[in-house]
Amino acid sequence: MAGKTLYDKLWDDHLVKQRDDGSALIYIDRQLLHEVTSPQAFEGLRLAGRKPWRIDANIATPDHNVPTTDRDKGIDGIVDPVSRTQVETLDKNCDEFGILEFKIKDQRQGIVHVIGPEQGATLPGMSIVCGDSHTSTHGAFGCLAHGIGTSEVEHVLATQCLVQKKMKNMLVKVNGKLGPGVTGKDVVLAIIGKIGTAGGTGYAIEFGGEAIRGLSMEGRMTICNMSIEAGARVGMVAVDDTTIDYVKGRPFAPKGETWDKAVDYWRTLHSDDDAVFDKVVELDGSAIMPQVSWGTSPEMVTGVDGAVPDPAREEDPIKREGIVRALKYMGLQPNQKITDIQLDRVFIGSCTNSRIEDLREAAAVVKGRKVSPSLKQAMVVPGSGLVKAQAEQEGLDKIFIEAGLEWRDPGCSMCLAMNADKLGQGEHCASTSNRNFEGRQGFGGRTHLVSPGMAAAAAVTGHFVDVRELMH
Amino acid sequence: MRAFTQHQGIVAPMDRSNVDTDMIIPKQFLKSIKRTGFGPNLFDELRYLDEGKPDQDCSERPLNPDFVLNQDRYKGASVLLARSNFGCGSSREHAPWALDDFGFRVIIAPSFADIFYNNCFKNGLLPIVLPEEVVDQLFREAEKNEGYQLTVDLQAKTVTTPSGESFSFDVDDFRRHCLLNGLDDIGVTLEDADLIRDYEEKRRQTAPWLFNAGN
Repeated sequence: MAGKTLYDKLWDDHLVKQRDDGSALIYIDRQLLHEVTSPQAFEGLRLAGRKPWRIDANIATPDHNVPTTDRDKGIDGIVDPVSRTQVETLDKNCDEFGILEFKIKDQRQGIVHVIGPEQGATLPGMSIVCGDSHTSTHGAFGCLAHGIGTSEVEHVLATQCLVQKKMKNMLVKVNGKLGPGVTGKDVVLAIIGKIGTAGGTGYAIEFGGEAIRGLSMEGRMTICNMSIEAGARVGMVAVDDTTIDYVKGRPFAPKGETWDKAVDYWRTLHSDDDAVFDKVVELDGSAIMPQVSWGTSPEMVTGVDGAVPDPAREEDPIKREGIVRALKYMGLQPNQKITDIQLDRVFIGSCTNSRIEDLREAAAVVKGRKVSPSLKQAMVVPGSGLVKAQAEQEGLDKIFIEAGLEWRDPGCSMCLAMNADKLGQGEHCASTSNRNFEGRQGFGGRTHLVSPGMAAAAAVTGHFVDVRELMH
Repeated sequence: MRAFTQHQGIVAPMDRSNVDTDMIIPKQFLKSIKRTGFGPNLFDELRYLDEGKPDQDCSERPLNPDFVLNQDRYKGASVLLARSNFGCGSSREHAPWALDDFGFRVIIAPSFADIFYNNCFKNGLLPIVLPEEVVDQLFREAEKNEGYQLTVDLQAKTVTTPSGESFSFDVDDFRRHCLLNGLDDIGVTLEDADLIRDYEEKRRQTAPWLFNAGN
């Protein structure tokens, strides 16, 4: 019999019941809650007269709607009354059911996918869900983690289980070493560019190979975060010393004898040598260069030395039509060089790239330089209150402010523009976020997805430039 | 949940692949704490020429005449014909809520994004996967014939054209069962409450760190 993949092991460990019809009940160890996708779930519970199954499996925080200025005002700082109601509703629901919540003024508040790992509430081998598609982030810890809809949030609250059907296994192997200035973000954009936005549909992806093993936990989180942009709900990396060292000492991590026992188990969380994958994709990590998206889907991406494609050269009529539509929306010309794209704003933040290493990477580039006068705005939004505090302790805030970037309070911010941070119509933005869909960062806004270093390089030059040319 | 057995309705063809959930319902409308009322803002940025705002009277807004749902011939459509990877992007269930609130009951496409596909079933909405060439044929027929309707039978797992041509589709037995009977799947899961408790007890012994409330 063939060995098991990491996904097979995680599935088996969480299987409560295999039903005859092919569906299965899977136990959920951790649910993360935020204000946008939970209110209707709590309402559903109340209407059905149900209680949460296991209160301590849930952790909540407001992130999507929170303003990134005037945090000391708390909820009163939310100008939009509809946004305020949503955040107040989360507080009310968590208070009523006794769910642990890091409220808006708590230093532990932040983007759900940043705070889970930061608190050690994300532990290797867990099954983790959240009403947010970027829950795949937690797979970096060898977790079975994926986004769910609101009905499933309610299902997990009520039963601690999900009805699932097993996915297929895919291995994405990134061989070789990454060059300097090339990050997890560039790797995942290159993967999406290769397999497409539906390439991972129906699969749980395991990311492996020398380049992945060489990444820090934060780099791995960036890669797993964007699995969903390749169509895969689940993205994972096997547990190794890097994983275990990261988890150690965090508030929710086990201690003493339990720690030792947990580590013994965690070390089994990798695919067996003879495991069989339904699909294997290989990339040469040493050939990946800094990436920039030019279109309105994350698969519309190229190296910084590249150019916008010419639809006339695309043979597939549906793809050609997609390129024509994207170029029109983005205001770009066929064959235009990526480095000739002029920018209006720069956003460094989001659950993809708002952790301390991302901020260090950006600060290293802007240090001693100034934001280009051609830009309207360049902002840095740390992923959590604790990331913010750490960055300030290291003096990164001063580097950003001196260079002319705005230093904000934590939240999802301009990644999806549910709060006040958004693009104006027609504006081009170098963004470290995860989606370049039409209107994502604001009505008519034009998003280019890049790494934090590339966003910082764009901030000081006003257009895209290969970050490696600016590295000290 | 509302049951789904059979449905016949006008087909609206949306000829565009990778329709994402931001497109289906833009983020400014996700601030609602209700499950209803999203219909007027379905496909907001494609449907209207101005920028949509929450709690706005959409009847006064300028319509985009080129958008399929604004054309008279597709008025009252309840079957959405779409291209590959429909519903990609975020997990927002507001997307199926908006499609449902608008009046759609069935979405047919060559492929769907996983989370969106799953969310549809929770709301009495039936997503149907048909082969690319069949979808191409349905697009041609729907565009050619005004008032074109399809009949969907979930019991028989078939889609039938006005000429009587029938195509069968696959759907998971459990999802089909829940949809046909309008079952609340939380209720179904809770029938196994003892099994869940047994599993939990075993895990408390073998992996106690999973039950640590932190400090």
